Amino acid sequence: MIAVARVHLPSGLTRHTGGVETIDVDAARVPDLFAALRDRFPQIADRLEEMAVAIDGEIYADPGYQPLRADSEVHLVPRIAGG
Amino acid sequence: MTTPRDFKYVGTRPIRHDGVDKVTGRASYGADPAWPGMLHGFVLRSPHAHARIVSIDTKAAEAVPGVHAVITGKDLPETTATIALGEAAIDLRDIGDNVLARTKALYHGHAVAAVAATTIDIARQAAAAIDVVYEVLEPVTGIDRAIAADAPILHPALRTKGASADAGRPTNIASRMELKRGDVDAGFAEADVVVEREFRTPMVHQGYIEPHACIARCGEDGRAVVWCTTQGPFVVRDACAAIVGLDSANVKVVPSEIGGGFGGKIVVYLEPIALALARRAQRPVKIVMGRDEVFRATGPTSGSKVRVKLGAKRDGTIVAASASLWYEAGAYAGSPVGAGAMCMLAAYKIPNFFVEAYDVVVNKPKVAAYRAPGSPIAAFAMESAVDEIARELKIDPIEVRLRNANAEGDRAPYGPKYGPIGLTEMLETARAHPHWRAPLGANQGRGFAVGFWFNAGMNSSATVTLNADGSAAVVTGNPDIGGTRAAQAIMAAEELGIPVERVRSNVGDTDGSGFTDVTGGSRVCYATGMAVIRAAEDAREQLRARAATIWNVGKDAVGWEDGRAIPPAGTEKASPLTVAEIAAKMTHTGGPIVGRASLYAPMAGPAFGAHICDLEVDPETGRSRIVRYTAFQDVGKAVHPSYVEGQMQGGVAQGIGWALNEEYIYSADGVMENAGFLDYRMPVASDLPMIETVIVEVANPLHPYGVRGVGEVPIVPPLAAVANAMRDATGIRFTELPLSPPRVLEAIEAAAAVPVEA
Repeated sequence: MIAVARVHLPSGLTRHTGGVETIDVDAARVPDLFAALRDRFPQIADRLEEMAVAIDGEIYADPGYQPLRADSEVHLVPRIAGG
Repeated sequence: MTTPRDFKYVGTRPIRHDGVDKVTGRASYGADPAWPGMLHGFVLRSPHAHARIVSIDTKAAEAVPGVHAVITGKDLPETTATIALGEAAIDLRDIGDNVLARTKALYHGHAVAAVAATTIDIARQAAAAIDVVYEVLEPVTGIDRAIAADAPILHPALRTKGASADAGRPTNIASRMELKRGDVDAGFAEADVVVEREFRTPMVHQGYIEPHACIARCGEDGRAVVWCTTQGPFVVRDACAAIVGLDSANVKVVPSEIGGGFGGKIVVYLEPIALALARRAQRPVKIVMGRDEVFRATGPTSGSKVRVKLGAKRDGTIVAASASLWYEAGAYAGSPVGAGAMCMLAAYKIPNFFVEAYDVVVNKPKVAAYRAPGSPIAAFAMESAVDEIARELKIDPIEVRLRNANAEGDRAPYGPKYGPIGLTEMLETARAHPHWRAPLGANQGRGFAVGFWFNAGMNSSATVTLNADGSAAVVTGNPDIGGTRAAQAIMAAEELGIPVERVRSNVGDTDGSGFTDVTGGSRVCYATGMAVIRAAEDAREQLRARAATIWNVGKDAVGWEDGRAIPPAGTEKASPLTVAEIAAKMTHTGGPIVGRASLYAPMAGPAFGAHICDLEVDPETGRSRIVRYTAFQDVGKAVHPSYVEGQMQGGVAQGIGWALNEEYIYSADGVMENAGFLDYRMPVASDLPMIETVIVEVANPLHPYGVRGVGEVPIVPPLAAVANAMRDATGIRFTELPLSPPRVLEAIEAAAAVPVEA
C-alpha cells in the first residue's frame, strides 16, 4: 500500500522550494520519498543526503529504507553528532 | 509501548565488572603495553597558526642512527571518501589533512611530519632535523576576524553551504542553517517585556585525563593491528584503512580501557600515523601524546558568539524568540552549531521564533564532539535570557519555565512532535525539592537552568554466550566509559534470569564483536543495551528449545519463568529446569547456545535536565565557589542508578569548570598560551561540593525498559545555572565565560564605581 506522507521541510531548504514548507508525497519508503522530493525540487537534491528523517516523531540519523505508514508525518532534520 | 514491569536486576547497584582492575592499576590503557621490537613515534608540529608549507626535507632525519621511518602528509594517499564517523558523515580528506598537513598548517600544533625510532629521544632529535619551509600567513583566531570582509581565507575552495547570498565567494563561513516558526515581528510586538543580550564563550577542551595513545603494527602481508584508547574502535578501523590505504578487513583495532573521552576520542589523530610508520618500518610503533599536544592538536569544542532576544507577556508566556549563533569550527568545517540551534529552544513552547546558525573556520584545532555538542553554549545564552525574563517579571524562575514547558505532543523547534518527555515532571520535582527553598548565606546566590539533548541510536551488535555451568558472557563493541559493562550485564541477567554476578561483560575488538557505533551520543545503554536484551532473548529462546528437546515436547509448550523452563502441564516426571541445568546438557541437545542481535536504533528520544546551583563570591577577590548543587534529570529508566548518578555528577563537574575557569588563551599570533593543567584550570574534587542527584523516570517507549540515555544532558545546564547564581549573588549579568576571579572582580569593582541613581 502506498502511504501518503506529509513532509515538512526545514526552513533552510524552503528558499529552494519556492517557499513550499509542507508537501504530501505518495511514498512507501524513505528512498521513494527522497526520489519524489528530488524530482519536484532538484535544487535540494544534494542536501537530502545530509538530513536525518523524523517519521512520526522517531528520528533516524540514517533513514535507510524505513517504511512510511499511511498518513505518516515526516520532518527532515539536520543530522546531529553526539559526544 | 513500554509496559510497567517488575524488574529483578534492573535498578540494582552491583559492583562494576571493570572496577577492581581499574582501582588496583591492573587495567591496561592506551599507553600501557610494550610490544616486541617496538619503535617510538614522535610527531613534528607546526610552530605557526597559519602557514603555507613550501617544502619538507626529511633526509637529515632519515640519516639519524636509530631512525626507521619518517613520513609526511604526502605519504598518505589523498582520499575524498566519507565514512560515518560517529554520527555524521565525515570528509576523510579533511581528517587526513588534519592527521598530517599536506599544503597548509592551519593551527599551531598541526602535525606536519612524523618519525619512528628506537627511542623517543632519537625520534625527537630526528624530528628536529626535519627542514620545513613555511610561508607564514596572518592567523584567524576569532569569529569577528574570520567573518570580516578582509579576513585571510583558510580554505580557498570553501563556500558557505546553505547561504542564499555570496555563496560563490571564498569565505571562512562553512555553513549556515536556520529554524523558524510563526511571525517573529508580530510576536515581539505583542510582548510586554523584551530581553536581548549577546553572549560569548571561549574554546574549551574535554580534558580527559588519559592522553591519546596507540600502538600499531603491520606485517609484510599488509595485515595490521592497532591498539588505542578510543570511543569507537570501528571508526578507527575504517578511518585508518581509508587514510592509509588498506582494506578494513586487514585492520584489527583493539580498544584499550579508556581514561575519558567525552566525544574527543571519536576521531583519529595518532592511529593512521602510527600505522603508516609501522608499515614502512615493519615494526610496531607506539605514539603517546603529551598534555600540550592534547590541548593544541585535539578536540576542543567551539568558542562562540550567541545573540538572543526573547519577548514575553506579563504572565511569563514567551511569545517570541530570535537568536544568531556563531561557533568556531577550528581549522576545518564542522562545529556543532546546528545542534546548538536545535537545542536552544527545545524546552519551550514558543509560537514565533527565528534562529540562524553559522559554522566558522578559524586557525585553531579542529573541534571534536564534546558531550552534548553545541547544546551547553546555546543553553548558556538561552537560560541566562530566561532568567532575565523571570527577574523582570518577578516570577519564580522554575514557574516561568513551567508556564512555557514543552510536553508530549508539542512540536520541537526542529519539527517533529515530542513523544513522552519528562520536562514538566522534572521541573515540578525541582520546585518541590528542599534545595529550592533553602536559605542562602552572605554573598551567596542561587541559579536555575534547564538543558536538553537528543540522545542517539544507531548501529549496535551483541552476543550472549551460555557457559556449561550456567553463567554467561556478553560481548559488545563499545568501550566502557561510564559503567556500561555493568549495565549490559544487568540487562542480560534480567532476560536470562541468572544473577548479574554470573554474567561476564566484555568489550570486544573489531574482529571479536559485530559492528557497533561509537560509545557516544548517550547511546550505549539505550541502543547497545537493546541489542544485549535481544541477544539474551535469543539465547533464552534457544534454552527453551533445549528444554523441549530434553522433555521431548514441542518448544511452544515450554514456558519460561524467573530463569527456569517450565514443562507443559501433565508432562510425566518433568520439573522446571534452570539455566544451569539446561546449559549443562548443551552438547547433547544441539551444541553451543549463542544469542545474537544486531540493530539500527532510531534516536532515543530527547531528555531534559534541570540544575539548581548555589554559589558564594568573595567580593574582595572575585573568587567564587559552588556551595551546593542539585541535578535533576529524566533518564527514562536507570538500569544501574549509581552510574546514572555518576554521569550526572561528572557532567556537572565539567560544566562548572567551563563556567568558572576553563578557556583557551591565545597570543596575537595564534599560539595557545596555557596548554597544561597548571594554567588551564579544571575543577578537582576539592573544588566541588558533593553534587546531589535526583533521577526522574519517564519511560522512553522506544526501549524495552524505557531507557532514554544519560551521559550528555548533565553538562548542558551548568554554564547558565552558575551564571544565574552569579547574577543572584552580585547583581551583575555576566555574558562572557569563564567567570574567573579577575573577570568577576573587575565587574564588581566597575559596578561599585557607578553611582547609584536616586
